[in-house]
Amino acid sequence: MTSTVARKRPKYLNLMQIRLPVPGIISIMHRVSGAVLFLMIPLLLWLFQSSLQSAETFQQFRSVVTHPLMKLLLLGLLWGYLHHLLAGVRHLFLDLHIGIELEAARRSSLIVLIGGILLTLAVGVALW
Amino acid sequence: MVNRDVVGAHYGLRDWLAQRATAVVMLVYTLLLLLALVMLPKFDYWHWKALWSLPLMQYATLLFMAALLFHAWVGVRNIFMDYIKLPGLRLMLYVLVIFALIAYGAWSVQILWG
Repeated sequence: MTSTVARKRPKYLNLMQIRLPVPGIISIMHRVSGAVLFLMIPLLLWLFQSSLQSAETFQQFRSVVTHPLMKLLLLGLLWGYLHHLLAGVRHLFLDLHIGIELEAARRSSLIVLIGGILLTLAVGVALW
Repeated sequence: MVNRDVVGAHYGLRDWLAQRATAVVMLVYTLLLLLALVMLPKFDYWHWKALWSLPLMQYATLLFMAALLFHAWVGVRNIFMDYIKLPGLRLMLYVLVIFALIAYGAWSVQILWG
């Protein structure tokens, strides 16, 4: 006989109580970075436009992008872009069934997470 | 009893593949852009303008933008499908995003050849 009594199952729906493994962390970061990059397309297009329109707007562009707050924002966007890119490359490997074992998947997640930060620092330092 | 299989909207596989194809296009473009930036002798208006007057940069960027806008559409649509439960609101957001993406595409052409 099967029991119909509803058992109380633990439901960890409190986001603060969920311990997300590294692959989960880079997964949500992939989504968040994608959304942020989408929202920032107009800003980036505007910057690109002002850099090319004329010598005067190029000067404006330079003063805008050298403002400390703007630099911070652009560095954040660069990080979002590079993280999204690396996580995407990891996806391509997973699609080819490369690195789908748990250990390998965890390791590649960590590489994406740390690699994104290191690449951002490297490109950021090179640009400024 | 009629057997009616539950099927999707049929764009799943196409969009899955497109998301990867556009990603590869953007990856290659990113490397090209990095190379172009590294090889730029001096960052002033004239060198910058000259770089973006090269047909290679213009057409590569156009291809990148086309890939980016389609990639963004698939990604943003997936996010809306996950979180926006009201059909009317979701459709309205779809329309807004489609218009925005088309406008960004036109804007990019204007910047590149304006």
